[in-house]
Parts: sequence; C-alpha cells; structure tokens
Amino acid sequence: MCCAKTAAEAGQTCLIIERNSRLGGQLVKQTHMFFGSEKQYAKTRGIDISNLLINDLNGLEEKVEVMTDATVVGLYPDKVLTVLQGEKYVKIRAKAIVVATGASEKVLAFENNDLPGIYGAGAVQTLMNVYGVLPGQDVVMVGSGNIGLIVSYQLIQAGVRVKAVLEAAPTIGGYKVHASKIKRLGVDIKTSHTILKAIGKDHVEKIVTVRLDEAWRPIFGSEEEMTVDAVCISVGLTPMGNLLSMINVETKYISELGGLVPIIDQNNETSIANVFVCGDISGIEEASSAIVEGYLTGLVVADRLGNRHPLYHELMKDYHSQLENLRSGPFGEKIRIGLMKMMGGKDKC
Amino acid sequence: MRIKEHPILVFEQKNKLSFRFDGKEIYGFEGDTIASALHAMGYKKLSESIHLKRPRGFYCAIGNCASCNMIVDGVPNVRTCITPLRNGMIVETQENLGEVHVE
Repeated sequence: MCCAKTAAEAGQTCLIIERNSRLGGQLVKQTHMFFGSEKQYAKTRGIDISNLLINDLNGLEEKVEVMTDATVVGLYPDKVLTVLQGEKYVKIRAKAIVVATGASEKVLAFENNDLPGIYGAGAVQTLMNVYGVLPGQDVVMVGSGNIGLIVSYQLIQAGVRVKAVLEAAPTIGGYKVHASKIKRLGVDIKTSHTILKAIGKDHVEKIVTVRLDEAWRPIFGSEEEMTVDAVCISVGLTPMGNLLSMINVETKYISELGGLVPIIDQNNETSIANVFVCGDISGIEEASSAIVEGYLTGLVVADRLGNRHPLYHELMKDYHSQLENLRSGPFGEKIRIGLMKMMGGKDKC
Repeated sequence: MRIKEHPILVFEQKNKLSFRFDGKEIYGFEGDTIASALHAMGYKKLSESIHLKRPRGFYCAIGNCASCNMIVDGVPNVRTCITPLRNGMIVETQENLGEVHVE
C-alpha cells in the first residue's frame, strides 16, 4: 500500500494484488500501539494504522487498482504474473514488480510439536483479534521476543491465563517495557528454559519444560510439567521469498535477517532489473520499517518507469534517514549486521 | 470459546451460520473462517498427517502452512484458516493427500 501510494503520487499506475479479502497485511490483528517516531505512526495501534494507510489511497483510485482475494501463484522472468482469484485464473504482464509478501512464522523442534493446540504466536493473534476466538484457557508462550511479549499481553487482555513465557536465552529478547508490562500482571518469564515436549492425544494437554545450561543444553533432572491447552510458538519469522525463487533472484542466507533473503541494493531492487522487494521479505524488521521501505520503493519504481515524483530527492533523503533512524540503537544492531553481510555478498558475486 | 469482553476490540454479535462437520450439525458466525468457527466450538483437530495419521490443527492461521487443509463441499486441500464460513457448508477432516474425482 505504501509503495503504491508514493508511486501513484508520482503519476505511476499500479495494481495491488492481495490474497486476503482486505488490505493491510498483518496490521489488522495488531492491537498494540507502535513505537518509533510519529512519521511511522508511533502511539497508534496497528489496526488503526491499517485503516490510515487504506485512507491514504483515497483519491488515488485512477492510478491504483486493487485486487483482493487474489493469490499470485506464478512469477516468470519476463515479468508475467499468474493470479488465482477464486475460480478465475489470469495472466498479468507488468513493467516492474514489487514483491512484498512478508514473512512466515518459524517452528521449533520438540517432541509432538505437531499436536493441535500448538500455534504460531501470530496465529493466536489472528484468532483472537480478528475472529474473536480464544486459543485456549491456559497458554504457555515459547519465546520472549517482542512478538512473544506483546501477544502474551494480548492473551491476557482477551481473558486467557498465560502460565509462563519460556526463553531459551539467558536474557529476555524483547523490549523491557513489554516484559515489565506482563511481569506486573504476574506472568513468570523463565529465561534459560525451553519446551522439551508436548503431551496429549488429539490436542495438547500438558507440556514438559526444561532448564538450559550456558551452552543451551537441557539440564537433566530439571524437567517440570505444566498443564496447558495451548502453546504459542514465538521463535521468530523467516522471509517468504517463494515467488522470488521462481525467477531465480539471487539470495543469501543471513541469519540476522531471518534466513534466506534476496540480495538487494539500497533502493530495494533485486538481482533482476525492475523486480523490487519491500518489507519483511528482505529481512525481518518492525512494521514501521516496512512502511518506510514501501514509500521509498514506490518512488524508485515510478522513477524507473519515467514518472519522477516532484519531491523525489527530498523524499528519498527523508526515507533513507528514517530507515537509518529505525535501525539505530541496540535493537537495530542485528539488522545493521545483516545488511552489511548482504552488501558483502553482493561484492563477491 | 469466544471473547466476550475486550479492552480494545468490540466483537458484535453477528448472524449465525450453520454447517456440517464430519456429520455433526454445528454453527459459527458471519466473519468466521471455517477454522475459527471449528475452534470456537472446541474442534482443534482438522486433518491427519499423511503417513503416520497424527492429528493436525492449524499453525499459522494466515494461509501459509497447509496444516489446516480440509475437505470442503467435496473439494480437498481447502485452507480452512482463510476460507470464509458459509451457511450449509459440508466440512470434513482430511486424512490423505486429497483426491480429486474428475468426471
């Protein structure tokens, strides 16, 4: 949406293809207020940001066409996309393509990790905040990154007991402010602990936790049982580049960015000319960064196709500095290292 | 189970939709997906793993992971976590890769 906005403002026609029935991606389930600065809607809830961004497209209808309930199922090197919309299967040829498919939740290996009742933390967020359905009554959260902490809080808001947050590392992964919030509500955040196995017949009924030593090895004898009817796995996200792999975009495995990512330049262009990316597909970050990346990519794409925004240089400078700002500080370190590795990889190619 | 009270969100009572799940007549509400309606009724097992026949529920709830695939109105491999519920749907637990019968 952000990409389409700046591109359209520059005079570029675009088509947004969205597999959901509404625009907004994962913002639609994010009931928490955002961090960052005002430019990226700090202090606004994700659900409201989604509506703000949709409203931003008002007045640009002549330039921006939207297809919802439509899944891109194929991408070809000559920039042809095949799209499945209900029973309809269409072919679309584009001059430039921006892939903004985001990321998917990682899974964790433990005994019986496939039992029903074991969900990604984002799945639980969707179930609760979009559909109003509770995942269970007693939940354990595995992972104390920001998503784990925020979703724990949202579980409590929905009336669910969060029995514990397990964190394999010796320290809490997310912001202290989120951790303090749930600690104040009595949630035990167990660092150096993980889930050893889940127990249950048709769905999870109990789990076994275990303490870990400095080398993350389970300490024999420290196992404890916990009665839960749902387990939330919040151990990070991994970029969803399935479409890019169809056209052999160059990629690199960079763990700091969440896994296999396309190699891009500072304008978010991939190794294939006129194929761009923005958002989590090129590295797991906050939604705030994805928003700015969208604005930036929109300007670049429009410019490439002959529609330069009147404030091109000014805006580009602003977006680059916003991104730099978002990636500064201790929590942006991983992203900075990841991006450096990516640039390093490009030199070698 | 459904959320009754929430400090931020408002869940309005919507129209009831009835559907069949493995022969049982159950219901959900407008705005539900098949999986959210089943979950609200307490049904967490949606499919079985292909070889070991282990129970499977949904994992991602946004149409990525295929763990919620079920047979809906005779069509296999329907991603029930993103498919809107409709009145009169016939939903079945999927126990294999999915078979398509072409006439």
